[in-house]
Amino acid sequence: MEQSDDKTIGQSDNKTNPFEPRILAFLCNWCSYAGADLAGVSRFQYPTTFRVIRVPCSGRINPLYIIKALQSGFDGVLVSGCHPGDCHYISGNYFARRRFALLKKFLEYLGIEPERVQFSWVSAAEGARFAKVVKKVTEDIKRCGPLEYFKKNIDSVERES
Amino acid sequence: MKQAEHEIRSNVGKLLKQKNIDVFIGYEKGSLPLRTSPCFVSSEKEARKLIWNSFCTNNLAVYLPRIMSRVKNKGSTRVGIICKGCDSRSLVELIKEKQLARGQIYIIGISCSGMVDYKKILSQVNSDEVIGVDETADEITVRSKEGERVFSKEENLCEPCRACKHAVPTVYDMLIRTAQQPRQATTPDPTVHDFLMKPREERWQILEQELSKCIRCYACRNACPNCYCKECFAEQTKPRWFGVTTDLTDIIFYHTIRIFHQAGRCVDCGACIRACPMNINLRLFTRMLVDEVKERFGYEPGVSAKEVQPLATFKTEDRQDFMIEPE
Repeated sequence: MEQSDDKTIGQSDNKTNPFEPRILAFLCNWCSYAGADLAGVSRFQYPTTFRVIRVPCSGRINPLYIIKALQSGFDGVLVSGCHPGDCHYISGNYFARRRFALLKKFLEYLGIEPERVQFSWVSAAEGARFAKVVKKVTEDIKRCGPLEYFKKNIDSVERES
Repeated sequence: MKQAEHEIRSNVGKLLKQKNIDVFIGYEKGSLPLRTSPCFVSSEKEARKLIWNSFCTNNLAVYLPRIMSRVKNKGSTRVGIICKGCDSRSLVELIKEKQLARGQIYIIGISCSGMVDYKKILSQVNSDEVIGVDETADEITVRSKEGERVFSKEENLCEPCRACKHAVPTVYDMLIRTAQQPRQATTPDPTVHDFLMKPREERWQILEQELSKCIRCYACRNACPNCYCKECFAEQTKPRWFGVTTDLTDIIFYHTIRIFHQAGRCVDCGACIRACPMNINLRLFTRMLVDEVKERFGYEPGVSAKEVQPLATFKTEDRQDFMIEPE
């Protein structure tokens, strides 16, 4: 994350709770990414906590990416794809749904707050829904606080070696 | 046990003599008491060194993808293997994943009455002084310089064997039955339930405690029959997914991904746990996905050769209660 980003995050609107989470969003090119675009074009207000990676399909998401994001310092991850039946590649989101169901349970079992890794369906026509998803996920992760226990501390590693 | 051992030897000898198989994978006497070692037998004479007892724990299915990928004459090579219930289920999954052809292997199935964890027994005796070991249907007698001590098999079983519901192989060309009854778990496995009863913070703490023992030898991966990737994500360099360090987050990263790769494929044979030189309780985490897959998709790996693996298929009506609905 660049320094300028950290500064904007520091300037929070809520003075009592200065923590602004950093959330990574994997958005499907054919729906949620366009949904986010529509939210912007429609001037819906939503928190600026998201960093977006555009992917061809929610089925493209390897669970490894999600865990990598958490380890790299993101406080949460959102994966958003097409509603069931709407997949551009016919069935990618159905496969993804099975994978995510297991992953979410698994991470929760290991002791990571379930709110940190979330999944949603947002179509290209649902700009308002996208804004709501962002708001909800941001609030959830704000409540969890910063993800300190799984964040890789580069400094400590260097000192060790 | 002795009877089963005799049957294995004579049958393998016959198969090798008739050129039914080119090589047989079985167990031989280990270099230490209470241990066995996998061995590769290719002649009738060698077949005499095969053994069978309650310490034949290794999942031999792990060798097959490696052997098959090196064999030049794929069409005519046939490998024999001895399989317990769990091993045979590993084979079924490997066949489904097209790592093996059913016609290339000859499976001698053996009904299993549960394997004994040698570490549990050795922790109760002075391991330097163990000279030999005998076993009967329910008991293990350990002979040491101090004299003899008798251990109950039931109390010293390997943990996965306690929860085993498929002690008789699900696939075989020949089945050998031992004198003992195949072991059948009657109560549900408490591991996952007990762990989930703990608060979230404590669960993470236990995870950290367990995994901080890890020295990243990757023995858990190498012992697992499901881990046959030619290039593992742990060793990929473009991109390198996580650091080659002893940093705890890197270790947790490795284990969570390795375990997740077994989702819907893990037969809970316990190979990873036994391979671990640091005695990490990996089953605490692997078992969760076994239970979850069964509960959510009704799938048990290796039981049916026809059933498609749960993550390789889907139903339009799959549960999606975990997806968020903003409002």
